[in-house]
Amino acid sequence: MTDSSPVGSNRIPANPRRDDRTPGGPPIASIELPTAVPLSVYDLTVAYHRKPVLWDVGFDVPAGTMVAVVGPNGAGKSTLLKAIMDLTPRASGRIHVFGDTYRRNRHRVGYVPQRESVDWDFPIDVLDVVTMGLYGQIGWCLPVRRKHRLAAMEALEQVGIADLAHRQISQLSGGQQQRTFLARALVQNADLYLMDEPFAAVDAATERAIVRILHTMKDHGKTAIVIHHDLQTVPEYFDYVVLLNMRIVAHGPVEVIFTAENLQKTYGGRLTLLDEVTEAMRRRERSL
Amino acid sequence: MNYLRATILVTILVLFSSARSVQAQSSIGLQPGSLTDRAITWPTSEQWRRVLRLEDHNSRVVVLGTMLLGGAAGFVGSFTLLRRRALMGDALSHATLPGIALAFILATAWGFDGKSLPILLLGATVSGLAGVGAILLIRNLTRLKEDAALGIVLSVFFAAGVSLLGVVQQMKTGHAAGLEAFIYGKTASMGAADAKIIGVAALFCVVFSLLLFKELKLLCFDEGFAASRGFPVVMLDMALMSLVVIVSIVGLQAVGLVLVIALLVIPAAAARFWTESMWRMAVIAALLGAVSGMLGAAMSAIFSKLPSGAMIVLACAMFFLMSLFFGSSRGVIIRFWRRSRLDRTVDRQHLLRALYELLESSHDTKHIAADTARSVSTSELMAVRSWSQRRLKHEIARSRSAGLVKTEGDQRVYLTQTGFAEAVRLTHQHRLWELYLITHADIAPSQVDREADAIEHVLQAETVQELERLLEHQPDAGLPSSPHGPTEPVLRNSGKSITRRAE
Repeated sequence: MTDSSPVGSNRIPANPRRDDRTPGGPPIASIELPTAVPLSVYDLTVAYHRKPVLWDVGFDVPAGTMVAVVGPNGAGKSTLLKAIMDLTPRASGRIHVFGDTYRRNRHRVGYVPQRESVDWDFPIDVLDVVTMGLYGQIGWCLPVRRKHRLAAMEALEQVGIADLAHRQISQLSGGQQQRTFLARALVQNADLYLMDEPFAAVDAATERAIVRILHTMKDHGKTAIVIHHDLQTVPEYFDYVVLLNMRIVAHGPVEVIFTAENLQKTYGGRLTLLDEVTEAMRRRERSL
Repeated sequence: MNYLRATILVTILVLFSSARSVQAQSSIGLQPGSLTDRAITWPTSEQWRRVLRLEDHNSRVVVLGTMLLGGAAGFVGSFTLLRRRALMGDALSHATLPGIALAFILATAWGFDGKSLPILLLGATVSGLAGVGAILLIRNLTRLKEDAALGIVLSVFFAAGVSLLGVVQQMKTGHAAGLEAFIYGKTASMGAADAKIIGVAALFCVVFSLLLFKELKLLCFDEGFAASRGFPVVMLDMALMSLVVIVSIVGLQAVGLVLVIALLVIPAAAARFWTESMWRMAVIAALLGAVSGMLGAAMSAIFSKLPSGAMIVLACAMFFLMSLFFGSSRGVIIRFWRRSRLDRTVDRQHLLRALYELLESSHDTKHIAADTARSVSTSELMAVRSWSQRRLKHEIARSRSAGLVKTEGDQRVYLTQTGFAEAVRLTHQHRLWELYLITHADIAPSQVDREADAIEHVLQAETVQELERLLEHQPDAGLPSSPHGPTEPVLRNSGKSITRRAE
C-alpha cells in the first residue's frame, strides 16, 4: 500500500528538494528552483458535463506576490483552484507549479478550502484538524507524534487561536473555523498557498489576522492566490489581481489592472456571446 | 440533519425487527401438531447456565464470532456514518440475496454442496457489488439522485432474490430450507467453522481500519483537502466500501440481510452521544456493537425460536435509547441540564444587576458601597424586568442559599458583601457591552453566534479587557454610567432604542 500510493512515492524525491531550498543546500538545485515561477497556467479549459466553466485561461504568477482572484459568482474561481491541484479533470491546458507538475510539487502547495465544504459537527478538535495538514508528511498507517502536534500548535499560534487547540470544532465561530483551516495550511510550511474565500463572512479580528499572515508570507517570499469577494479591499490586501469570468478578463499588478473599465468587463454585460453559447449547449444537453 | 436521518433509520429498523420476532413467534405457534414443543418456553436454569457460561463449544464460538462481528461493524460503521454512506450498506446487503440464490442453484446444478458457506458468500459478494455498481451507474448516467438510485436497486435486487428463492424451492434437489437464515439471520444454523470465518473477517476489518484510521478520518472529514494532499480518495473510498461489504457479507448469517445495516448504523449513532472524539466514538461503537452481538446471539441460543438478527438489533436499539437519553456529550438529558443551567445563570445575573441598578438610582454610588443595609423591595424588582413572581421568588431563594442576597420577610431583598461585588462586576460588563453595541454596533452582531441579550452572560475575562481597551475605559475608574441611566435624559431614549434593536 505504502509503495503504490502517490504520497509515499512523492516523499522520496520531495525531501531532498525541500532541503535544497534552505541556505547552504546543493548549489545546482538552489540555482534552478528559486527562479521557477510559482504558478503558471496555459490554455486551461475545464468543463463539467460539457458545460464549460473555464475557457482558455492562462496567466503566470510571480514569486512573492499576493494574488487576488476576482470575478462574479459562477466565474469558475473555485474550479480554477481545483484544476491547479488536479482535483478536477481538465479538457485542455497545462499547469506548472514551480516549474513542474502539481503532483511533483504538491508538498510546496498549501490549500485552504472553503469553510462550508466540510461538516463542522464532525467529532474532532481544532488540533486534530490542523495536524491533518501533516498527514502527507507523517506517512501511511503511522500515528501522529508529539513533534507533529507541536508543529500544529505553532501554526495555531500564528493564527492566534492556540488557546482553542482542544476545542471541539462544532463550538467554533465562523472566524475561528477559518483560522483553523488557515493553520492547517500553514503547518505544511508551503511556498504557494491557494485559498478559497478565506475572508468570506469572518469577523474583523480574523480578517486582520489573515491580512497579517499574508504580509508575513510575502516577507518570506511566499506566494498566495486568494479568491476574494470584497472589491474594496483588493488594492489594500493584494498586489496582483486575476479578473476571471470564465475567461481571463485581465491579469497583472493591481495598480495597472484593477480599473473600473476592467471590472465593468468582468462583472457587467454578463450576457456575452460566451454565455449564449453555453446556454444553447445546456439546452441541447437537457433535451438529450 | 445527519443524526435525524440516522434516528429515523434506527426507528424503522427497530420496528421491523420487533415485527420479525413477533412474526417468528406467531408462525411458531401455528406449526401443526407440535404446539407445545415449538412454542417459546421459558428456558430452564440449566439452559441459562449453559449459554451464559458458554459451556458448549459450539455456542461459545458462535457467540464469540457474533461479538467480533458486532465490534467490527460498530468500528467500520463509525466511518460510514460520518461519511454519510450508511444507507449504501443497506442497499448492498439487500442486493446480496439474488447472488445467494443463484450460487445455490449453480452449485447444486454442478454437483457441489449448495449450502456450503464459502460458495454462498461468494455469490452474495458478487451480487452485492453488482448492486453497488448499479447504484453508481444510475447516479452517474442519469440525473437521478442517490436516494432514488438506492431505493430502486435495493428493492429490485431484493425482489429478484425472493423470486429466485421461489425457484430454488421448486427444484427437486432443492431442500433449501437453510437459505431463509440469510434473510433474517439465524445463529442457530451457524457452525463453529462459520463462526470462525466471521471472526477472522471481523478481525481483519478492525485491524485494517485501525491501520488506516488517520487516512479514513481525513477522508470522512474533508475529502477535497485529502485529494489536494495527494491521498487517493477514490481508493480510500473503495477501501471503506470494501470493509462495509465484508461486514455485511459475513454478517448475513448471524443478522440477516434485512437487518445487517443496523449493526453498521446503530452502534455508531449511539456512540456519537457519548463523545466528541472520533477515536473514542469508534471504540465505543465497537464495544456497543460487540455487546449487542453477544447479547443477541446468547438470547437466540436460549430462546432458540427467536431469530438472532432481530435480537441483535433490539439489543443495539436498547443501547441507542440509553445513549440518546444519558449520553454524556450529546444526550437529551445533559443538553437539557446545560440549557437550564444557563437559564439559571442568566436569571441570577438579571436579579443582581436589577438590585444594583435600583440601589444606584436611589443612592449615591459611594454611599451604597459603604452601606450594609442595601435593601430593595420585591415590588420594585418586579417592575424592572418582565419576570413572573414565581420565577423571581425562585431566583431570590437560590441566590440566598448561594450567599449573594438576604431577605427580610417576603418584601425586601438585601445584597450581601459578596453579592454586591458580583453585582458591580456584572453591571460593569453589561454597561461595557452596551457601550460597545452603541459605538460599534455595525460590526458587533456578526461576531457572535448567540442572541445579543445572552452575550453579556457569557463574556469571558479577556473579552471584557478587550472591551475596556476598545472603549478606552479605565478599570479603576469605577463603573461607567448607564447610557440610558436617569442622569442622562438625552441619551436615555437613543440608548434604549439601540440596545433594543440589538436584542
